[in-house]
Amino acid sequence: MTGLTRDAMAKRLAQDIPDGSYVNLGIGIPELVTKCVPEGREFIYHTENGLLGMGPSPEEGEGDPELINAGKRRVTALPGAAYFHHADSFAMIRGGHLDLCVLGALQVSCGGDLANWSTGAKDAIPAVGGAMDLVAGVKSIYVITQHCTKNGEPKLVEACTFPLTGCGVVNRIYTDLAVIEVTEEGFQLIELSPEIEFEFVKERTAAPLLPLKDS
Amino acid sequence: MINKQVASAAQAVADVFDGATVMIGGFGEAGSPIELIHALIDQGSTNLTVINNNTGSGEVGLAALIKAKRVSKMICSYPRTANSTVFPELYNSDEIKLELVPQGTLAERIRAGGSGIPAFYTPTACGTPLGEGKECRTFNGRDYLLEYGLTADFSLIKGRTADAYGNVTYNKTARNFAPIMAMAGKVTIVQTQKVVSIGALDPETIITPGIFVNRIVEVPEPAIESQLVAAGVTYP
Repeated sequence: MTGLTRDAMAKRLAQDIPDGSYVNLGIGIPELVTKCVPEGREFIYHTENGLLGMGPSPEEGEGDPELINAGKRRVTALPGAAYFHHADSFAMIRGGHLDLCVLGALQVSCGGDLANWSTGAKDAIPAVGGAMDLVAGVKSIYVITQHCTKNGEPKLVEACTFPLTGCGVVNRIYTDLAVIEVTEEGFQLIELSPEIEFEFVKERTAAPLLPLKDS
Repeated sequence: MINKQVASAAQAVADVFDGATVMIGGFGEAGSPIELIHALIDQGSTNLTVINNNTGSGEVGLAALIKAKRVSKMICSYPRTANSTVFPELYNSDEIKLELVPQGTLAERIRAGGSGIPAFYTPTACGTPLGEGKECRTFNGRDYLLEYGLTADFSLIKGRTADAYGNVTYNKTARNFAPIMAMAGKVTIVQTQKVVSIGALDPETIITPGIFVNRIVEVPEPAIESQLVAAGVTYP
């Protein structure tokens, strides 16, 4: 069985973002969400280095080296955009003004703990950026990730073994196999990807997974 | 008469002393005051503590300052960027210290330091390795960590337009840390593309009021870091 592609995962997640949301997207798969805004909805993208109303990247070689996103790639500013300094930017984040943050993950625990900034390897240069502030302050945290690592290790676990980004912060997880909510009872299956069966997801989840509720 | 403009970047950084704490504006290359940093390399002060979000790229600007072994400690949130090779080498051989701070905490520490606030509580990093050993207090049922304000002996930042009073405007996302570093520096030095006459800036558009700025130096065509790195330029 094969699950959703990265684009399809982003498209599935975008369906759950309400119209008018202020959204911060992490680097990687989260960035694909911008290509999947459902018809009739408008999201305003925040980038923590000081821009609300971020638009797509310009053509290669175009743009301004001083108009970049948090991944330090050149972007554009849409009509109605606003620039601000870092303390204001993180006031938006920490102060609960942003509606949603979409992040990648190394591991998510069934209690909603997130590990996404470090593998804890001794020779790695530690680097955290804004991830800890985002998970501490943004109203909803959605994780978008492959269900398992390239080596087949589950990323959804009982307890994270990698260094934490935040405790009890993740609300939902969108993977190639399923949509899963973090509840007080643990991982609750919300939806299976097409042609994916419950047992298949359960085997690849290293914590109890509650089956779909009867609708 | 107030005129904060100085003739050259060299003159602007002439009194930076050994062991100084220096805030350097910029997020990646956006807002990096590259000419001021190069003047600081020429100037020769050493054993600096540098506060910047990153650690520079290639072998120009902040990376060149680090490469010249003039920085004994970095305080930053993300020292590992594409084209950042100088810092990792020195860090792995224990030749430079690192204080890793979450980006929003870094920004707030700078804002607080420049605002007369010695410390504050933040929810960021609770329960993570970066929160270990920090004083924790519970407000309304949630845990918060005590963080301390940051100040600097010198702040080096980049503006777009300034006047002789030190009022500054910025270019797009190059603003990033500059306004708060201007507040937190005992001596704040601004390189700006253009110096205009007093009164030419609309007071409604001024981002950094001149009270936070000590020196202005005009650099009409600042180098673009990514272009220097792509061309393999090294400094000096």
